[in-house]
Amino acid sequence: MSSQAVKPPAGLLSRRRHPERPIWEEEPTLVGRLGKPVVLALVFLVIAFPLYVVVVTSLSSTEAVTRAGGLVVVPRELTLAAYVQLLSGGVVTRALVISTAITIVGTAFSLLITVLAAYGLSRPGSLWHRPLLFVVLLTFLFGPGIIPSYLLVNSLGLIDSYASLILPTAISAFNLIVMRAFFMGIPAELIDSARIDGAGEFAVLTRIVMPLSKAVVAVVGLFYAVGYWNAFFNAMLYLNDNTKWPLQLVLRTYIVQAQVLPSGAGGVTATPALGLAPAPSLAIKMAIVVLAVIPVLLVYPFIQKHFTKGVIIGAVKG
Amino acid sequence: MVAPVIVLLLLFHYLPTLGNVIAFQDYSPYVGIRDSEFVGLANFSRMFADGAFWSALVNTLTITAFQLVFFFPIPILLALLLNSVLSVKVRTFIQGVVYLPHFFSWVLVVSLFQQMIGGAGLLAQSLRANGFQAVDLMTNPDGFILLVTLQAVWKDAGWGMIVFLAALSTINPALYEAAAADGANRWRRMWHITLPGLRPVIVLLLILRLGDALTVGFEQFILQRNAVGAGAAEVLDTYVYFEGLLVGDFGYGAAAGLFKGLVGLVLVLAANKFAHLVGEQGVYSRS
Repeated sequence: MSSQAVKPPAGLLSRRRHPERPIWEEEPTLVGRLGKPVVLALVFLVIAFPLYVVVVTSLSSTEAVTRAGGLVVVPRELTLAAYVQLLSGGVVTRALVISTAITIVGTAFSLLITVLAAYGLSRPGSLWHRPLLFVVLLTFLFGPGIIPSYLLVNSLGLIDSYASLILPTAISAFNLIVMRAFFMGIPAELIDSARIDGAGEFAVLTRIVMPLSKAVVAVVGLFYAVGYWNAFFNAMLYLNDNTKWPLQLVLRTYIVQAQVLPSGAGGVTATPALGLAPAPSLAIKMAIVVLAVIPVLLVYPFIQKHFTKGVIIGAVKG
Repeated sequence: MVAPVIVLLLLFHYLPTLGNVIAFQDYSPYVGIRDSEFVGLANFSRMFADGAFWSALVNTLTITAFQLVFFFPIPILLALLLNSVLSVKVRTFIQGVVYLPHFFSWVLVVSLFQQMIGGAGLLAQSLRANGFQAVDLMTNPDGFILLVTLQAVWKDAGWGMIVFLAALSTINPALYEAAAADGANRWRRMWHITLPGLRPVIVLLLILRLGDALTVGFEQFILQRNAVGAGAAEVLDTYVYFEGLLVGDFGYGAAAGLFKGLVGLVLVLAANKFAHLVGEQGVYSRS
C-alpha cells in the first residue's frame, strides 16, 4: 500500500488529517464532518440541560423564580437559602440521614457476603461448588413476585424496620457473578503457593485475593451503594411509617405527587389535607432533587475510572 | 463462605417463590398459608375474565414491541457514532455523560421529565410566556407510550451502548484495512464487517429483551400511573400491585404475578432455544 501518498483533498473545509485516522480510511464527507459534532452536542445537551436547570433553580432566590415564571435558566441572584432550610432539620434532613445510613450499612453488608460467596464459588472443587452456583444462577430465571415477598417480610415482622430495606435485596446475583469471574482470573499458582506457606482460606482471601481485586470490589461496592441510594420500591412496600422514609420516597411525594409530608414526628399518611407545612417553593423542590443526585455524581467518577480497566465489560461479555 | 448468600437467597428468593401456592388459595393473612382454603384455578379463571387484566397485558406487550422498534436500535447507533469519533478525549467525555443517567433513580428521572415537559415544567412555561397554549406531556394517556420510551432512552440508551462498544472493539482492524484496499467504501465496510461483528451481541440482547417481554420497568410505571390513569399506564406488574397487594386480595395478586413469572420463564427458554436453532450462542448453553 502506498501509505504515505494519501493527501487531504483540497477545498474550503479541508484541514489537517486527524492523527488517529487509519491510513486506509477515506476523509469524512462534509455531512459527516459537520453532522457528527452537532449530534454529539445534542446528546450532551439532552442529558446535561435538565440537570443544569434544576441546579440553577435550586440556587435561585424566590424573586428570581417568580420573575422567571417557574424554572430558572439564566442564573441571577444565586443563594443557598433552599439548602440551608432543607438541611436545618425536618423531613428532608431526616430522610437524608436515613438514606445515607441505609446505603452505608447495606453496602458494607452486601459487599461482605458477596466477596465471601464469590471467593467460595470461584475455587473449583470446593464443597458443593456446582449445585450452589446453580442456586445462584437460577434466581436470574424466575422472580418470586411482589406479593409472596411482601407476605414473607410481613411474617418475619420486618414491616416498618430498616432491615426490610436491606435484607431482601442484599444480594445481587449479577454482582456476585461479576466478582466471581474476576476472582477466577487470579492465577491458581498464587493461591496454591500461599497454601503451601500455611495460609488458611481466610488468609488467602484477605492477603492474596482481595489486594489483587481492588478494582472489582470497588465497582461492585459502588453498584450496591447506588442501588441502595436509589431504592424506592422496597421502602414504599415495607415502610408504612413515613417518618422512616428514605430520600427517594420523600422526593416522590414532594415532586412527582406534589404533596407535602407533615413535619411532625407522628405523621401517618401523606395527604395534602394533613399537610401542616406550606407547599415548598420551587427552589426547595429542586434542591431536594439536587440532594438526591449529588451522591451519585460524587461516586460516579470512581465507577467510570474502572470502566476503562475493563472490569465490567469483561464480565458482561462473560 | 458461601453460606450467608445461600441462606439469604433461600429465605428471600426461594421461600417466597414457594409462597406462590397462595395463587391457588383463597388466601387470608389471618388464617395463614397452611389453613387457607384451596380453590384450584379459581383465581386464574377470575383473572382471565377481568377486562383490566387483559388491558394490562396488552399495554405491557405494546410497550415492549414499541421499545423494541424505537429503543433497541438507539444504543447500537450511539455505539457506531461514538466508535467513529477519533478523538479519545471527546469519546471518553461523551461516554461519561451518556452513562450517567443509568445511575439515577426512576423517581429522579420522572421528576426531571416533569420539570422539563410537565404541566408546570419548562416547556409549558415558555409556551405560556410566548402566548401559546401550554401542554402537559406527562398526563396525556395517548402519548404515554412515547413518554415512557423517551424516559427509558434518556436513562439507559447510553448504558446499553457499553456492550456494543465492547463488541466493536473486538473486531479485527485488519478486516477494515483489507476491505478498504479492495475498494469497499465506508457503508460497505459497515454492512459486511461491522454489523456481522455485532450480530452475536444483538441476537443475545434481543433474546434477553424478548424473554423479558412482560417486564417493562415497574418503578417507572408505578410512579406515573396516577398521572395518566390505569387505561394507558397499567402494566402487569402494577396490576399485581394495585389489584392484589393494595386491596389485600393476596391470592388473586399472586396468581397474576405467577402468570407473569411462568410466561416470562417460558419466553426466555423459548427465545434461547430459538437462538441455538439459528446457530447463535444464546444465553445458556448446555455444557
